[in-house]
Amino acid sequence: MAERSFAKEVEDLRLGEGDIFRGEGILAITKGLLQAGVSYVGGYQGSPISHLMDVLADANDILEELGVTFQSSASEATAAAMLSASVMYPLRGAVAWKSTVGTNVASDALANLASGGVTGGAMVIIGEDYGEGSSIMQERTHAFAMKSQMWLLDPRPEHECIVNLIEKGYELSEASNTPVMLAVRVRSCHMTGSFVCKDNKRPEFTLKDALNSPKRDLDRIVLPPAAYEHEQEKIKHRMPAAINFIRDNKLNEFFGEKTGKTGIITQGGMYNSLIRALQFLGLSDAYGNTKIPIYVMNVGYPTINSEVEEFCDGLDAVLIVEEGQPEYIEQSISTALSRVSAPTKIRGKAYLPMGGDYTAAVLSDGIGRFLRDFDPVQLGNRPPVPESQPILADPVIQKLKGVVPSRPPGLCTGCPERPIFAAMKLVEEELGQHHVSADIGCHLFSILPPFNIGATTMGYGLGAASAAAFNVKADKRSIAIMGDGGFWHNGLTSGIGNAVFNKHDGVFLIVDNYYSSATGGQDVLSSRAFNKRRNTNNTIVDAVKGIGAKWVRQIDHTYDVTQMRAVLKEALTTEAEGPKIIVASSECMLNKQRRVKPQISKAIKGGKRTVTARFGVDEDVCTGDHACIRLSGCPSLSVKDLGDPLRDDPVASIDNTCVACGNCGEVADAAVLCPSFYQADIVHNPSFWDKLKSSLTMPVIRFLQNRQHRLAASFEA
Amino acid sequence: MKDDTVKLNLQAVAPATERPISVAIVAMGGQGGGVLTGWIVSLAESQGWVAQSTSVPGVAQRTGATIYYVEMMPPDEAGRQPILAQMPTPGDVDVVMASEYMEAGRSILRGIVTPERTTLIASSHRSLAISEKMAPGDSIADSAAVTDAVGVAALREIIFDMNAIAVENGSVISAALFGSLAASGALPFEREAYYAVIREGGKGVEASIRTFDAAHARASSGPARQEEPAAVPAKPPLPERLAAPRANHLLQRLRSELPPEAHEMAFLGLKKVVDFQDTDYGEEYLDLLARLHAHDRSAGGEAKGWLFTEQAAKYVANAMTYDDLMRVASLKTRLKRRQRIEQELGVSDKHVLQTTEFMHPRMEEFVSALPVGLARWIIARKALYRWLDRRINKGRRVKTYSLHWFLMLYFVGSMKRIRRLTLRHLEETTHRDEWLENAKMLLQTNYELGVEVLRFRRLIKGYSDTHVRGLSKFDKVMRTTLRIAEREDAAQWARLLLASAVKDHAQDGLDGTIKTIETIA
Repeated sequence: MAERSFAKEVEDLRLGEGDIFRGEGILAITKGLLQAGVSYVGGYQGSPISHLMDVLADANDILEELGVTFQSSASEATAAAMLSASVMYPLRGAVAWKSTVGTNVASDALANLASGGVTGGAMVIIGEDYGEGSSIMQERTHAFAMKSQMWLLDPRPEHECIVNLIEKGYELSEASNTPVMLAVRVRSCHMTGSFVCKDNKRPEFTLKDALNSPKRDLDRIVLPPAAYEHEQEKIKHRMPAAINFIRDNKLNEFFGEKTGKTGIITQGGMYNSLIRALQFLGLSDAYGNTKIPIYVMNVGYPTINSEVEEFCDGLDAVLIVEEGQPEYIEQSISTALSRVSAPTKIRGKAYLPMGGDYTAAVLSDGIGRFLRDFDPVQLGNRPPVPESQPILADPVIQKLKGVVPSRPPGLCTGCPERPIFAAMKLVEEELGQHHVSADIGCHLFSILPPFNIGATTMGYGLGAASAAAFNVKADKRSIAIMGDGGFWHNGLTSGIGNAVFNKHDGVFLIVDNYYSSATGGQDVLSSRAFNKRRNTNNTIVDAVKGIGAKWVRQIDHTYDVTQMRAVLKEALTTEAEGPKIIVASSECMLNKQRRVKPQISKAIKGGKRTVTARFGVDEDVCTGDHACIRLSGCPSLSVKDLGDPLRDDPVASIDNTCVACGNCGEVADAAVLCPSFYQADIVHNPSFWDKLKSSLTMPVIRFLQNRQHRLAASFEA
Repeated sequence: MKDDTVKLNLQAVAPATERPISVAIVAMGGQGGGVLTGWIVSLAESQGWVAQSTSVPGVAQRTGATIYYVEMMPPDEAGRQPILAQMPTPGDVDVVMASEYMEAGRSILRGIVTPERTTLIASSHRSLAISEKMAPGDSIADSAAVTDAVGVAALREIIFDMNAIAVENGSVISAALFGSLAASGALPFEREAYYAVIREGGKGVEASIRTFDAAHARASSGPARQEEPAAVPAKPPLPERLAAPRANHLLQRLRSELPPEAHEMAFLGLKKVVDFQDTDYGEEYLDLLARLHAHDRSAGGEAKGWLFTEQAAKYVANAMTYDDLMRVASLKTRLKRRQRIEQELGVSDKHVLQTTEFMHPRMEEFVSALPVGLARWIIARKALYRWLDRRINKGRRVKTYSLHWFLMLYFVGSMKRIRRLTLRHLEETTHRDEWLENAKMLLQTNYELGVEVLRFRRLIKGYSDTHVRGLSKFDKVMRTTLRIAEREDAAQWARLLLASAVKDHAQDGLDGTIKTIETIA
């Protein structure tokens, strides 16, 4: 089950004609898909579109009512290939993923799909993870749209516009036999807003109809000579059809009046920031009424040359607002205008930064300089531009810079991966540092303090594959880490299969926490929970043995640091040939707590015998060395100042968010740190036996404690 | 303004509504910033306003620093929709809410808190970052730097420990922040509207409202800024006399033999060493201090406020209360310890409490707790030593309050009676004497250096490997200091050595400092 439940919100997906929808962008997109009459939906989770997948999973009943099939795809490649259902049949389909990483994975299928073309509308919802808050390399999906010739929709951040473009996008896809991408940026996915709904549409032609009367057409398959024909179709038919559709349906928008000598062309997604920047410059009111003309490209690719020419006509200079690099749109517009020898000067990256977020501050600065050069009278109405430079230059603030510590993300309280890395740290102390290939997932936090483990990360599921080169005899073996999510995404074949086949000598550690945790706790093949719509409980050990791995060790309780260390040491030193595979399994604590907490409080309230636990530190025993923290980094394990003048250093301390995972005690034992940690078990609603045992032992203990207290010298006045 | 300006007919609806009200919420992932953001949006919408929130969850949701942003505007008479921004612009934010004090500092560094317009609502509690926690010694960031910056950067401020108020009232910090927002008056909405939003949420409503009210009251009535907790708690005066005769004897000795400047520290030290062993040990402590004080006097310590004596009172007490098996066992069986745990966890008669200790005694600890002769006899017999090691050196889960283990711990704790005979005691006293000899010797030529050498004792701490590492750091620092003792600036170098040794768990930094010193020596 996913981290966040949308059970309540999905009810909004039933809203009908004329109702007002209020909610997050990602939910609005889902509603848009249902209104457009999709037959099937798939995709792979990942910020910022994880919630789209979660919403769809929670909306299964509604989807079934509408006859819509929803799948959690094995990977983005699977999702893209799923769109092939729209090649021969008039079926509308949608898939979603995080981009550009997901598009990288999907690009083989996408290229084939785009070559043969589609009959039913095919749409990819692209979560464009660019700029602040992104977790991936900074690239643009635009390049994929251009190279495979798919249309790239980039709507203004407004629910109405986004939902409308989904509907129009399907029509565009069908009119031009081309798959369409709809890109939404991180903030738009999580943006709240509203729009007027339409009724959901049941698909007229269903998947069942397709299966019952299958069709094929050799011309749609990418094989010469059809492949050459596809290229000609793209040039001669699909592109012109798309351009006509986009122009006729006014997918791009024109705002403002041509009063001056300049204009602005912007990507749809940048529109809100642009308006705020123009407000700062005194060129717009809060409702987007501007005196400078704006051409909003809700379609990022292709460029509609006739619209551009029309917009630029009579203007001396036009500024292109295009976030990220390379500046594809600026190039395309420059080319279009120069081909018709239009006199308008096109400027973009000359005034705005090549890379990074186009914030309102960045834009107002760039636009201000552009106008100063080409149309300075426009700046006459300028109110004071907000700025923070004077205050940031204050010496007091300057001093603060050196004080505020960075706060990188880390493993959650009680995370089952923490003891794995603690064990690796301990092995490192004994056997020296090893080359470690990391992967994508929560476990990647190991590269940060306090663990500082992991040299490279090459992509999801590619942790094992990225150790491939190190298959040589050396004093030390390579270690590759991979999560269960990455393992099922592709790691089984790309990493483990590859290692088995090539007789790789390294150690392969698979972190199995029962979920795809980093993306929000979605189920995977090896999840232990029962899921009535999915097949779970397929073990990773069976899978790796199935493809020929021989040296396989399963650890069922990662918190056993001593065992974890022993197995790692064995793997690094054994004489056995071939890959040494360790599957370390314990449930993701975030998900476990969500599952268990209500059960426990219910049991306590219901009078059932229940044991709750927490860890603690004996302040007098702790010497303030913090070695335990260097092997943990748990949010609930911190330090505190005792206010004892005899002591110089703060001591370790555990707060009430501790979930008693056991890591502190295990590490203290395995690393022989100190006896400060204790686990406190509280028996709620104790049974007769609990009470009897306690009534027999506690009097003795109290007697001895009192005696000890009495014998001690008293310093009471 | 220039004459050639174009007057654009971009009329604001009204001056106050020309731009939206903007609210930025800075938090750590998992702190409930999303809930608070949802409340603020619902609040504005319930009043007929147009509101929009955005966030960038991503990986930051796993305990990293993150930001949520809300803009809101009153409805337009003509029914036009405002275009709202998706991220805060430095210098253009009306309200910044920070759920932790260093995050408040970070928001100032982002430039979103500016003296022209920003109301800063922040909790003064700290949740330490990993870099603050993992460093050996004390690396906790200075909250005063944030306080200073708030004073300069914010137009208005509401700052107090909102986490404490939330915990007191059984809720989470979002409710306290929401209450403070209501009290700030930064949004033109009635208090009732806030309640309605909380009630609509449906979960933990009562506790949320209690917290909201408590925070509201604190924010409206309390001082704008939380009074600084006094850096040093007022020193309790030394008692005139004590009821127990032996303790009283020790106290009177302390009062008559040591200067008042060292009284407080020496009294704390005295209690610590007596607690560790017995009153005779307390006499021993005072003997040592008296002798060190005499050296202090001959080195002209009076002019220095008896700093050497005072520091000796601190570090000699720590040196005398080393961490051996008996001490740990004794601390674990104390009445006060159980009471402390019961109180922390809210254990009452209705519950049964058990604790499990994670003990891993090694042969080294065991053998050093034996009388010197026996210990040396065993150490000399390698095979026997190894045989015993196999039986002793393993992790033990000790159920403290089971009869069996409690008696065992109690027995080990009571073995302190033979402590003075043990190998560990011999080793500790030898090491201590050497250290104090060095301190006394250096004190005569360089007062500050003598004091620094006393402070080196801070390096010896922990158990097993940590303890061994501490000893080796101490040795390195001591050796290097002796080598440069003749230099006039030796005390500064000693201070530097100590600082880098404290900070450095792997000793790279310390070795670097030593190399630097070698080049000048």
